[in-house]
Amino acid sequence: MELTTIWFILIAVLWVGYFCLEGFDYGVGMLLPVLGRDETEGGSPHTGETRKRQMLSAIGPFWDGNEVWLLTAGGAIFAAFPHWYATLFSGFYLPLLLILVGLILRGVGLEYRGKVDSPAWRARMDAMVVAGSTVPALLWGVAFTNIVLGVPIDADMEYVGGFWNLLGPVALLGGLTTLTLFLTHGALFVALKTDGRLRHDARALALRLGAASAVLAVLWLGILHLRTGTPASWLVAGVAAASLVGGLLAAARGREGWAFTGTFVAIALATTSLFLALFPDVMPSSLDPAWSLTAENASSSQKTLGIMTVVALVFTPVMLLYTAWSYWAFRKRVSGHHIPTEVHHAAVVDGGERAGADR
Amino acid sequence: MDALDLARWQFGITTVYHYFFVPITIGLSLLVAVMQTQWMRTRNPQWLRLTKFFGKLFTINFALGLVTGIVQEFQFGMNWSDYSRFVGDIFGAPLAIEALLAFFLESTFLGLWIFGWGRIPEKLHAAAIWLVHIGTLLSAYFILAANSFMQNPVGYRLNPETGRAELTDFLAVLTNPVQLVTFPHVIAAAYMTGGGFVLAFAMWHLWRDATPGTDKPMYRKAAKLGAVTVLVASLGVIVSGDLQGKVMTEVQPMKMAAAEALYEDVPEGEGAPFSIVTVGTLDGSEEVWALTVPKLLSYLATGTLDGAVEGIDHIQDRYELTHAGSELTAVEDYRPVIPVTYWTFRLMMGLGFAAMAIAAAVLWVLRGRGSETDEQRLGHRMWGWAGLLVLVLPLLANTFGWMFTEMGRQPWLVMGLMTTQTGVSPGTTAAEVLTSMTVFTLLYGVLAVVEVGLLLRYGRAGAEQVPEDASYDPRARDDDDAFVFTY
Repeated sequence: MELTTIWFILIAVLWVGYFCLEGFDYGVGMLLPVLGRDETEGGSPHTGETRKRQMLSAIGPFWDGNEVWLLTAGGAIFAAFPHWYATLFSGFYLPLLLILVGLILRGVGLEYRGKVDSPAWRARMDAMVVAGSTVPALLWGVAFTNIVLGVPIDADMEYVGGFWNLLGPVALLGGLTTLTLFLTHGALFVALKTDGRLRHDARALALRLGAASAVLAVLWLGILHLRTGTPASWLVAGVAAASLVGGLLAAARGREGWAFTGTFVAIALATTSLFLALFPDVMPSSLDPAWSLTAENASSSQKTLGIMTVVALVFTPVMLLYTAWSYWAFRKRVSGHHIPTEVHHAAVVDGGERAGADR
Repeated sequence: MDALDLARWQFGITTVYHYFFVPITIGLSLLVAVMQTQWMRTRNPQWLRLTKFFGKLFTINFALGLVTGIVQEFQFGMNWSDYSRFVGDIFGAPLAIEALLAFFLESTFLGLWIFGWGRIPEKLHAAAIWLVHIGTLLSAYFILAANSFMQNPVGYRLNPETGRAELTDFLAVLTNPVQLVTFPHVIAAAYMTGGGFVLAFAMWHLWRDATPGTDKPMYRKAAKLGAVTVLVASLGVIVSGDLQGKVMTEVQPMKMAAAEALYEDVPEGEGAPFSIVTVGTLDGSEEVWALTVPKLLSYLATGTLDGAVEGIDHIQDRYELTHAGSELTAVEDYRPVIPVTYWTFRLMMGLGFAAMAIAAAVLWVLRGRGSETDEQRLGHRMWGWAGLLVLVLPLLANTFGWMFTEMGRQPWLVMGLMTTQTGVSPGTTAAEVLTSMTVFTLLYGVLAVVEVGLLLRYGRAGAEQVPEDASYDPRARDDDDAFVFTY
């Protein structure tokens, strides 16, 4: 196999990893105010905060590692296909800026939320987490639709389409699809990784979100593959849709592990189908097919690709091993009693009778 | 300002800002790992308390280093797409390897460390923070290899068909002579910063009356650890910096000349002096008064007291001849901004030496066995200021060092191969770059306030007290207990 093909596949794998893993923590971030609201009946009025912290603790050990899949995908595109990196990142300038701002807000929100014990502080950090999870969940769908369908690229490999050109109806449909898919995936992660009423609420919500995402996904993938699909990409997209439905059926029966596996596989295969439809292009030009960036004309030298292949083959298994171990180490469901009641003495706000009062 | 100027400003702002967090992350991860290892060896609860105290401060700092680092990786493609096309073959590989080898290691094991207190076996938990530290070192190695290529391109050839630089020898890129002296310099400077960080917070608690007397011996331990780290690391900075000077003279003579604002050649046998400060025009072309050390520049540049040092004017003439007519490399002026190179070089060294002196003074005061009196000696108001300085000075010295090395490389983006003005994204508009620069600057400004606020809040509060029961001890917990460290 050509080295350029191998790297096309490896980059597809990195995006698959990013969407399958970070997808659920974007979903959890977006659902924070929904699943983390105070319960009106049954529970005490302060359960919302405990539920939020259960959700955050469930993704806590993982979200940063999940984000590295994106950084590695970006670095790999830079190393293996410099023209793809240059055209994509300079061309999709403003969407990428929004994604970067989102990732900054979200990371800070997640890390700093528990550092000050005040409702106003937490509300601000929650808003940052919600916004910072929503923006990339939406915009990656928009970006990938544009990549697969092709954008105006001139003879010098420069994107010449401007910002609004990226927000066509199909692209927006793609954005809504990834958004709802990640919401469903996140809700199922909460159902799988927490306990108590939160778990059951999350599962019920996943079913409703999942139904919406399934409709959107079928519509979006259908349009994409009608326009640029191959038999292989159709097949994989079909299996993706079936996995999503299978996952939702499993959720309806209370089989959370299978349900999460279902959305995981669905996201993985939907992403794979996009890359199958894309190959051998990496960024087709809508102006002239001759101006398209391909795995061949956008690539690095054979020397670089060869070295990178060896590095990837040696170190990816090591990385997968310790990543898997970290998921194993935190395999236990996060229950209410895992959430500490005492407040770090530095987090206490001065004069606060109310310190700890809302938990 | 056009897109080029704005892109340069954005790179400067975001990179300088990002680099406030980097040396603290590298240095502090080592010291927290040392503290945790000390706890396991001695079972002295003071070390456990210090581990958690500085561990919290570490995570507050790490969060911003992480999120601002993402911008760094994507900014090359966004604002410098022609640069990315030209050198992606060589420059992209270390970036990708950095992500695969270092970022996964750091983030996964930091997650394990933060959430793993009392949940994973104790030795694995301590190994996790060591692996975080190793991750920071790997990360530094690969990103510095990429940067060293920009200072001194090696292991490549220019492909006339594609007009791009292509990799011929990856080992040469990883063992670039610039890299071999820069990596130890940067790491030693980071250890100095981490040591200064620990020393500063420990001094503050020693200095302040409100600290319980029973806690003073604990902060004394931390102060000594921090001060020794600063001292040892600063020796490493000096030795590696000295070696760097020689390599720089060889591969970037203009930068060395600009460091001294030396316009005229100094021939063999004469010995070029080094000025510590100069009063005169800002670019050093006319001096009114200068405090100089004879022959020091010759020593810094060549390793001998009377070695020849080439002056700016001569190098300018030489480059004009070499690069005349070239599309990528012909510019009018091959000189960097001399006042910047001249002063940042001095500030880097001066602030570093000042931090070293403070650390030495603290060690002197804390010499011998712990007693009430020497802690009281640190109670003078002067020591409060010294504590603040020992935190800030190494950070600023790092910043000035990078400003010197990056601005001193100008007008080159890749030394001798590509000028900065030819690397900018051709399709990106000034409005777009202005938008992103403004957004990042405002966002970073707000985050700086939030971060410093949190560091002060947690730094002032001091190490948590040990509860009466054993619940504080991670060994007495399992994964059915509440999380102890986070969220």
